[in-house]
Parts: sequence; C-alpha cells; structure tokens
Amino acid sequence: MSQPLIQTKNLKKYFNTSKGLLHAVDNVNLSINKGKTLGVVGESGCGKSTLGRVVLRLLDATEGEVLYKGDNILEYGKKDMKELKKKLQIIFQDPYASLNPRMTVAQIIEEVFIVNKGIISKKQMRNRTKELMETVGLANRLINAYPHELDGGRRQRIGVARALALEPDFIVCDEPVSALDVSIQAQILNLMMDLQEEKNLTYMFITHDLSVVKHISNEIAVMYLGQCVEKVSSDELFQNPLHPYTKALLSAIPIPELGAKNRKRDIIEGEITSPINPKPGCRFSARCKYSTSKCSANDIPLKEVSKGHYVACVLY
Amino acid sequence: MSEKFLEIKDLAVTYETDEENVNAVNSISFSLNKGETLGIVGETGAGKTTTALSIMQLLPKEVGKIKNGSIIFNDENLLEKNSHYLRQIRGEKISMIFQDPMTSLNPVLTVGEQIGEALELHNKAKKENINQRVGEIMELVGIPAARKSEYPHQFSGGMKQRVVIAIALACEPELIIADEPTTALDVTIQAQVLDLMDELKNTLNTSMIMITHDLGIVAQTCDKVAIMYAGEIIESGTLEDIFSEGNHHPYTVGLFNSIPKLNDKKTRLEPIDGLMPDPTNLPKGCKFHPRCLHCMKKCKMEEPKVYKKGTKTIRCHLYDN
Repeated sequence: MSQPLIQTKNLKKYFNTSKGLLHAVDNVNLSINKGKTLGVVGESGCGKSTLGRVVLRLLDATEGEVLYKGDNILEYGKKDMKELKKKLQIIFQDPYASLNPRMTVAQIIEEVFIVNKGIISKKQMRNRTKELMETVGLANRLINAYPHELDGGRRQRIGVARALALEPDFIVCDEPVSALDVSIQAQILNLMMDLQEEKNLTYMFITHDLSVVKHISNEIAVMYLGQCVEKVSSDELFQNPLHPYTKALLSAIPIPELGAKNRKRDIIEGEITSPINPKPGCRFSARCKYSTSKCSANDIPLKEVSKGHYVACVLY
Repeated sequence: MSEKFLEIKDLAVTYETDEENVNAVNSISFSLNKGETLGIVGETGAGKTTTALSIMQLLPKEVGKIKNGSIIFNDENLLEKNSHYLRQIRGEKISMIFQDPMTSLNPVLTVGEQIGEALELHNKAKKENINQRVGEIMELVGIPAARKSEYPHQFSGGMKQRVVIAIALACEPELIIADEPTTALDVTIQAQVLDLMDELKNTLNTSMIMITHDLGIVAQTCDKVAIMYAGEIIESGTLEDIFSEGNHHPYTVGLFNSIPKLNDKKTRLEPIDGLMPDPTNLPKGCKFHPRCLHCMKKCKMEEPKVYKKGTKTIRCHLYDN
C-alpha cells in the first residue's frame, strides 16, 4: 500500500460560541491517495467547508492530525508551513466574491508569485500568467480585464488558474461549480478532470450536489453534523448506500427522467439538529426512522462492513 | 377540465436604460389550463423571471417595458387593466413564491401578521376570524400554529419557505408562480418542500408555473415544459415530449448532456461550448447559432419558424420542411 498524500486522524474543530461548543468537525478520519479525488458531500452546516479549511490550516484544528506524505502538518512552524502551502491550494465557491474587484486578471494571478518570492523572476511572470490562462481556457485578450467584465464561468477559471500557479499537489475544491449554470458547470468540471489527468493532481471535492460528486470522485465521504457517516468508493455508494442518511440524501435528488413522479422516495422528516453541544450517539437518530435506544447510547464509530465500505450505523 | 385560463401571446419585454436596451423576453407565447403545472426551464439570463414578473406586472418601473403581446387571464387582458384592478388580482387570483426565502419576508413582522395581511387586504376573512384562519393555513403547510407570533429569523430556511408558501396560498389563488422556490434549500429540505407544493396543488386544484433551472425538479413536478434561451421559448411540449427520445432543439440536447447523470459510468460531460449571447446585442438569425453543433448557413440569416408536431413545438431550422 502506498502512502496516502493527505490523511486526517481524529481531526476535530470546535468553535466557541455563546451557547456552547459548536462541533463543526468531529473525529474525522480520511485519506486521499495521489492523483485521486475524494468527494465530501453533505448539507449546509455539516462541516464540509470547515473540514477543507482545517486540512489546509486556514483554520486551526482543535485536536487530531493532518498528515501530508506522512508528516503531521499541524506541528509545522510558520516557515515550513509557508513552503508547504505552495503544494496545497484551494478553489473557492463563489467566483463573484473570491476575486478582488480592483485587480485585473493578470494582477490576480501574478499576486501569487509576488507573495511567494523567488519562484520565478519578474520578467517571466507575464509569460507564466499567459501560460496559465491558456491552460484553463481563458483567452489572452482578457489579461487586463477586471472580474466584473467576466461571467461566472470565466471567473471560476481565474480561480482555477490561481490555484494552479504554484504547481500544487493537492487542491481543496470548495463547491467550485455550485454558483454556475449547468452548461458552464459542465465546462468547468471537464477542465478540472483534464487538469487532474495531466498534472496528476489530488482533489478534495466539497459539494452538496451528489450527481456532480459522483461524476468526479473516486471515493466519497458523506458528512452529517461534523461526522463522517459513510465512506466508500463512488460507484458502490450509489449502488449500495447503507447509512439511512445516505439513502435519504440519494432519494431526495430530483432525477431528470420520465417517471420521476412515480418514483418512491423516502423523504426524511425534520431538519438538521444543532451542532452545539450535541448529545452522544448517532447525530442523525432524531430524524432516522430506524432509530432505536441503541442509537443514542454511545458514539457510533465508522466500521468496515465490506471491503472498503465504511459506515457509522448500529444497523450494521 | 382543460379550459385555458392563462394565455400569453407574443409577449416581448425590454429593459430600457440610459445606456442600452436589454431584450429580455422576445415574443413568447404559451398557455396554461386549470390544474396544470408548467415548468419554465433555462439558464441565468434566459428571461424566466422576467416572464413571471410580467404576468404579475411587477417589472421595475420606468425601466421594464412590455413592448408587445397580451396576457389573457380568465378572458381578460391583464395588460389593459389599471393598477387598482391589478392589485386585487395579485395575491388573490395569482400569487408568487420568490426564490430566496431569506429575503422575501419582512423581518420586523411576525409570520402570523404576514400571512394575515394577505387575508386582510383581500377581505378573505372577518377580522375576528383572521387569527384562526392563519393558524389553519400554517398547519396546512406544516408549521405548528403556535409559532405564528415568531419572527422570520427564528425560522430555518425550509420553514421560511413554508411561510412564503403559506402567504401565497392564503387567499387560495387560481395560479401560483413559483420562481426557483427551492434553489436556496438543501436537497432533503427541497424534497420536503416540493412534496408539500405538489400535495397542496392537488388538494386545491391550483395551476402553477414552476420556474427552475433544474431539469430534475421539472421531471418531478410538471405536466408541461417550456425551455427558454435568450428570451425565446425554443422548445415546448408535454413532459413526455421533452424527456423522451425524438426530435429536440440542439440546445435542449446540450442541456441534458451537461447534467452529470447518477446512473452513468464516469465519462466526460458534453457541455455546450460558449456562452449565452449578450441580450443587448443578440445575434442575427437563430439566437443559438453561435453555439450550435448543427449550425447551417440559413441559421445565421433567418430566424427559425416554430415547428409544430402534436403538442410539441421546436424553434429550429433543422425541422424545416
């Protein structure tokens, strides 16, 4: 077994709020191999974006480890971390908010080289920027355009170019296509998959859209209230979902096919409960129709029920 | 059962500003029967919301102008009516559910007051009965009546959207226009809200126009579909017409190919190249031709006619005889 590129061990992130501790990420164990994509799915408030940020140390973890090629990066000093951050990048959700409106496309991409001095000389900068723009499919004439002149798809291409500038190994993609129209979304997804193949990139793909995640991921982790409730290869998850939450999530997706009206769906009642000072036991049990007294007694660990298929549920 | 009660003919809407004219809706026609749900599908800027706002005549004053066409609702042309008359129609006969429940409620009024306001304005209940009626409506949409003295910020997104639906339903309108009612919600909550809307529509026999960009929602809720592109309806028909094999507009095909399918093996998507044209400067001929895979000489010159077959219409030169 080769060593995973990124691994988290019992990773926790709690936020202090006036009402108590908010468990945003609670005991998450994941690993991603080089050149693969891990999809992280869940609804708003399940901690998926926080997880992405903690992995990159944009937020400090409360407890646990994040391993990059086997080293715990949470113990790195400032200097080492700055070096490492070149290898770890992020693409943000909203291309309307993540680009500085007062900078041109070239300035946005070149800022990366200015912040990280000594990678390339000033003279080469413009050429490298042009190269990057070509890689992500932005026409050269847009080099002096401002973000407001561009549509959402092109803006997200700038976000991708910026993330690629330092030739990273690992990119956290935080809902990169959620703000885009379907036809543009497909263009960006294709671009990201091509780049992965070409540069052997590793992605952590955070999204709430199950059909997108299925399309791009090798493995999927389903999150609910800060915990990973099911982790399995992408194909297996859709063919044989085990956790009741995963099942409900899958059946909630509207399918664009005839006969969708008659499809039997199990709709879960109620809404996501509060992540502040959660009770022990399964956090989904309040909405789960299979819930028994066993569910709320103890915390339920992720268990391997068949090869590579992990699920946290007392049913298995 | 199939009486036409809403018919829109050749509607054209332009937004006129000092700098430019935006042709948001270009000569669209469709009709709706009682109890039917029509889905209007399209991407950002296709003119879906503008169409909805013109039916309600809520286009921004001074800027939004209806250039042409008629909107016949119950044998009356709404475009010829004065504002007093329209105010009676809005909320009572036709009501609207907006996209974002977070911003479409008044934060300083309790939800009970906001639902009651609709009843009061349209004299639907006597003063002393309003309170009770509000409770009934809230129970109908699945909110405990005890929460009527709470403020919108105390509700979650899904619950807020239920309040918005309750307001829309308060006067039992004949037509509900839902503009992306679930786009701001999570999938499991979306499933709950769609189910609720479907159930209410059936019990009250309301007609609905469902505006969405999600073909999955259309498949689940609609009877008829109209697909919009650059302010035109480029294809329309029954749900079967659109979702089954057969002749389709190249844009419809592209739209379907852009969605990642759940039951497909991992392959590349086939997106539509290029972007939606600028509505201030629409291309000559067919508006889709710069992105179309089947573009012919004719497409760049002439506007395509509407090709009709049964219940289906397609606006494309491919199907010229």
